[in-house]
Amino acid sequence: MIKKIFFQTIFFNFFFLKEVFAAESVGMPQLNPEFWISQIFWLTITFGILYIILSKLILPKISANLELRKSLIQENIEAAEAQRKDSETKLKDYDEIVLKSKIEANNIFNDAREKVLKNINVKKENLDKQIDEEINKAEKEIDILKKNAPRKINKIAIETSSEIIKKIIGAEVNNSSISAIVDDLSKRNGNKYYGN
Amino acid sequence: MAANPMSQFEVYRIGPEIKIGAFDISFTNASLFMVISSIAILIIFNLGSKKNLILPNKIQLLAELSYIFVSKMISDTAGSKAKPYFAFIFSLFMFVLFCNMFGMIPYTFTVTSHIIVTFVLAAFIFIGVTIVGFVKHGLGYLKLFVPSGVPIVLLPLIVIIEIISYLSRPVSLSVRLFANMMAGHTMMKVFGGFVISLGIVGGWLPLSFSVALTGLEILVAFLQAYVFAILTCIYLNDALNLHH
Repeated sequence: MIKKIFFQTIFFNFFFLKEVFAAESVGMPQLNPEFWISQIFWLTITFGILYIILSKLILPKISANLELRKSLIQENIEAAEAQRKDSETKLKDYDEIVLKSKIEANNIFNDAREKVLKNINVKKENLDKQIDEEINKAEKEIDILKKNAPRKINKIAIETSSEIIKKIIGAEVNNSSISAIVDDLSKRNGNKYYGN
Repeated sequence: MAANPMSQFEVYRIGPEIKIGAFDISFTNASLFMVISSIAILIIFNLGSKKNLILPNKIQLLAELSYIFVSKMISDTAGSKAKPYFAFIFSLFMFVLFCNMFGMIPYTFTVTSHIIVTFVLAAFIFIGVTIVGFVKHGLGYLKLFVPSGVPIVLLPLIVIIEIISYLSRPVSLSVRLFANMMAGHTMMKVFGGFVISLGIVGGWLPLSFSVALTGLEILVAFLQAYVFAILTCIYLNDALNLHH
């Protein structure tokens, strides 16, 4: 870098010297010292005032503006990050609640099903018992009827036999002798008729 | 024949002659453009810093972008130690930039095309940097002229070269800016003269060249202001962070 500046300096000095000699003949206003002092004076004044106003008033304001905006943006980013995290946790909570309520609903459904099934079973058992009882009762009645049936039949048979005999023969037959015959018959063929 | 291309650099008195002792400090056209440039800078940056909007408007954005640009330039070249000199380098950059840019408007005067102006700025920087260097490092600042790792035989030569290069800094700094400005404006004036002398038939070629040169000169105006400021930063860096 310094080497470069060195060679540049030599080059520019050469260039500058050439300009100096040229200025003598053509006239370069830059090398006319008439207004040099004036230019130095006004440069110092204007640049000095510019520097003071920029450094004291304007640049601190721009720097403060930039800092403020930077911090504001940083704050906003942080707030957004916090809200994102917050919403994430809320979403997780929501998911949990949904999951829990799903499980609960499932439980309730299962409970209800079990209860209904139990009820049905109980009712079924009751019904079965009732039906069994009724069947038993009916069977007992049938048994009783069955037991009573031969006697009634025998009686009917004796009566009808005595009537038939009276009509056919025209004579009274002793009931006891008829009943003995009927009993004997029913004993012999009872099984055929009643299926016991 | 067209006017002398150098006549645009003439300084003349505006208003009465002011004298302090033997010195003539009259207000001239050069002074006028220094004042105009400074006022323009102050107006733009005052408007740009007045309101602090979260979404900056155009002028605020301009002010803040230039602030960030210069502050980045300083921190990149001279490190964080150069922060106290920020305001100076900012004013310097803006002053040179605005003087260069105002010179691009036709019929204006280019302040920085005068060697005395650039030399005073460069000499001020040179003296200031030297003072800063000696205040920060004492006589140790002289180590700047003795690079490390140089064979002892070559050392006297190197030291002499380093001293010459150090002393020629203000000259190179001022002449670079002055010569660029002067050459560009002279060239534009010469091509403008060709347009008139070649007339409606042949004048189009130099005219188009002049248009292209205007763009180039605007670039040069910015670039030279940037170079002026960045070289100041580099010199300041030498004075603040002595590593040789």
